[in-house]
Amino acid sequence: MAEATGSSKRVERPLSPHLQIYRIQMTSVSSILTRITGHALMVGVILAVWWLLAAALSEQYFAIANAVMTSWFGKLVMTGSLWAVWYHYLAGLRHLLFDARIGLEIQTAERLGWACIIGSVVLTVLTLLIV
Amino acid sequence: MSYLTDRKRAEGAGASHTGTAHHWFMTMSSVALAVMLPVWLYLFGAAIGGTRDQVEAAFANPFTAILTALVLVVSMRHFAKGSAVMVEDYAHGTARKAGLIFVSALAAVIATTGLYALIRIAL
Repeated sequence: MAEATGSSKRVERPLSPHLQIYRIQMTSVSSILTRITGHALMVGVILAVWWLLAAALSEQYFAIANAVMTSWFGKLVMTGSLWAVWYHYLAGLRHLLFDARIGLEIQTAERLGWACIIGSVVLTVLTLLIV
Repeated sequence: MSYLTDRKRAEGAGASHTGTAHHWFMTMSSVALAVMLPVWLYLFGAAIGGTRDQVEAAFANPFTAILTALVLVVSMRHFAKGSAVMVEDYAHGTARKAGLIFVSALAAVIATTGLYALIRIAL
């Protein structure tokens, strides 16, 4: 074992290329966006669950939560979450395609990435119009 | 060898030996969410902005209550498992352990709080 002689003689192993030095590409951007939207959605989820809890507890509590929910801040969070959920949704469907060995060619994968971005905006606008 | 499926050959491989099960769970939960979310988004969106009575009536509806409970449980497990992978990617040592505990606890607290609110409203 390399460590057996002590920490001063640790082997400097090469590290694999990481995010910072990778050229930005559609495939990497669409992948990173999946992770970001998945995590950012927690803001909307926390606001929504808090609002539901307030509705369950009392009239006064609901008045506060509902004021936040229908304020510009609440609308911003909900609209942002709506886009995030549609992006994450389409990106997830794309992963199901990849798992079925469909769309793995670079050009197709890049087109699917654009489809996720454009599609998520379209679905967000549609949802806002319908609801 | 030709009688083995791809999944059978992948199972137990890798450092943790649990990657295949993790991947399959994310696949199952994503399909479940893909089916449930369009309907749930519509129901939830329609309930926003209503009075307390309207909101309670909306979530007391059996279909909406059951769907909301399912979305909460499945999405929070999906989040906890997905977020754990990000913690494992970027954090090491004690920060990794603390991060894994945090995302798992956060998901559990949110799901349980949501279910409690639903039960108070629906029952």
